[in-house]
Amino acid sequence: MLEARMKVWRGDKNGGAFKEYKVPVETGMVVLDAMHYIQREIEPDLAVRWNCKAAKCGSCSAEVNGRPSLMCKTRMEGFAQQGQEIMVEPIQAFPIIKDLVTDVSWNYEVNKRIQPFTPKPDADWIIYQEDIERVQEFRKCIECFLCQDVCHVIRDSNRKDAFIGPRFMVRVASLEMHPLDTGDRLKFLKERGGAGYCNITKCCTEVCPEDIHITDNAIIPLKERIVDEYYDPIARFFKHVFVKK
Amino acid sequence: MNETNTSSRKTTGATHRTDDWQTYPTKILVVLTLFAIYGTYRAFENNWYEVGNLLSPFYSPKLEFSWWKFSPALLILPIPGLFRATCYYYRKAYYRAFFGTPKACAVTGTANPRYTGESSGIWTLQNIHRYAFYMATLVLGVLWWDAFQTLFAAGHFFNFSYFQISVGTIVFFVNVVLLSGYSFGCHACRHLAGGCLDSFSSSGASKTSLSIWERITKLNEKHEMWAWISLFSVMGADVYTTVVARHGIPADPVLFSMDMITNLVAK
Ligand code: SF4
Ligand code: SF4
Ligand code: FES
Ligand code: FES
Repeated sequence: MLEARMKVWRGDKNGGAFKEYKVPVETGMVVLDAMHYIQREIEPDLAVRWNCKAAKCGSCSAEVNGRPSLMCKTRMEGFAQQGQEIMVEPIQAFPIIKDLVTDVSWNYEVNKRIQPFTPKPDADWIIYQEDIERVQEFRKCIECFLCQDVCHVIRDSNRKDAFIGPRFMVRVASLEMHPLDTGDRLKFLKERGGAGYCNITKCCTEVCPEDIHITDNAIIPLKERIVDEYYDPIARFFKHVFVKK
Repeated sequence: MNETNTSSRKTTGATHRTDDWQTYPTKILVVLTLFAIYGTYRAFENNWYEVGNLLSPFYSPKLEFSWWKFSPALLILPIPGLFRATCYYYRKAYYRAFFGTPKACAVTGTANPRYTGESSGIWTLQNIHRYAFYMATLVLGVLWWDAFQTLFAAGHFFNFSYFQISVGTIVFFVNVVLLSGYSFGCHACRHLAGGCLDSFSSSGASKTSLSIWERITKLNEKHEMWAWISLFSVMGADVYTTVVARHGIPADPVLFSMDMITNLVAK
């Protein structure tokens, strides 16, 4: 049987190191299975967060060979067949709790700052597909926070104080583009959400396990809406004279 | 809440990625640098840009004024230059290749605790992209006109007895088609055409917007590809014009002309 050489980061906020394990590889096995094997057969105190094992709960985010990935969606065979060592470590942008588990609570705090869905009081709840299609893409988000992890503004420059990150740009887009919403989040987005901090280098899109086109469909359209309001006097004029929200 | 990272990855370029992440930024760095050198040289050269019915896209529209003593290209190139420099795709490309913010995903970039991205200083100018789009679209209109000029022998525009198809015609039409694919797949254009609306079904006009927006979206999905091939085609059209102007490879070979038909019939 094929055997994978794994290096898993073990430690807590005081520090840690990679530890090596040998794990037998079965057909269809994913990295999360390997973590379960280690827990079951070698070291039961390995901390790993997971829930659905179906790439739908967003709990098992980690970095596998340096790539932010869902452990339950990352196959072992490819790496193992090439004789490649498989390195597993926690996502880098958030504080460590233990081993592969990080504290992502900052994200929930950010979420609270966003004005929630605010429908018109007399809204007609029949919604046409063409009006909701854009928003449906954003609703696929499973809050794995891999995009937050890979975003260099958060990861490298640690500007959590100034930028809400791609996951929440997606959430704002889902509200701003909603046909029944009456809220206006552009001022928040420009001044406190830090939309301008994103330099559209697209890493969020590259890692999103739900294939949401975060940059093209959420962030850039929001940046353009900010331009309408703050940088383009002609568009601003037309918007205020002719368009009623 | 501000501490990050479990392992020592603070230095620029540090990563645990094992795949090939260097090639993409390196290719961009090389291609954009070579293009910038070629473009600058051609803009200042002020020669070999017009021959017969061919006018290099670097010099079109030809703006000649008595008060301007330098190359006319310097008056027109800032428009496509600004359009590309503020393009959402090229921004990704050069931020990665030249600024390392970041070079590649999950590779430590030039970390800066005071990083503000495009929200301050000169970088806020990126917000004028749609105005660059308007101006570049006007220039594109002129380039289409130039391409139509190549359909007639020099000095006989719209005289159908002088209709012809030359190598230059093909080079120029390919260029304007690719440039149009690039320009009309622009994110600003996508926004203005319909992306700015919250509801597409509310009126006849918004339904029209939806169908335009959907078409633009199709182009926009491949915007990166259009960005590169149109960059090469515009350079190709310039190179072709220069070579014909300089060496007159028999003054732009004609592949089809009305004379050919007349001769054929006479035989
Ligand atoms: S595109 Fe913007 S939000 Fe996405 S990873 Fe890059 S900087 Fe962050
Ligand atoms: S947008 Fe994608 S990567 Fe980001 S949290 Fe949602 S599912 Fe995860
Ligand atoms: S365990 Fe639910 S996404 Fe991986
Ligand atoms: S986004 Fe590329 S040209 Fe506008």
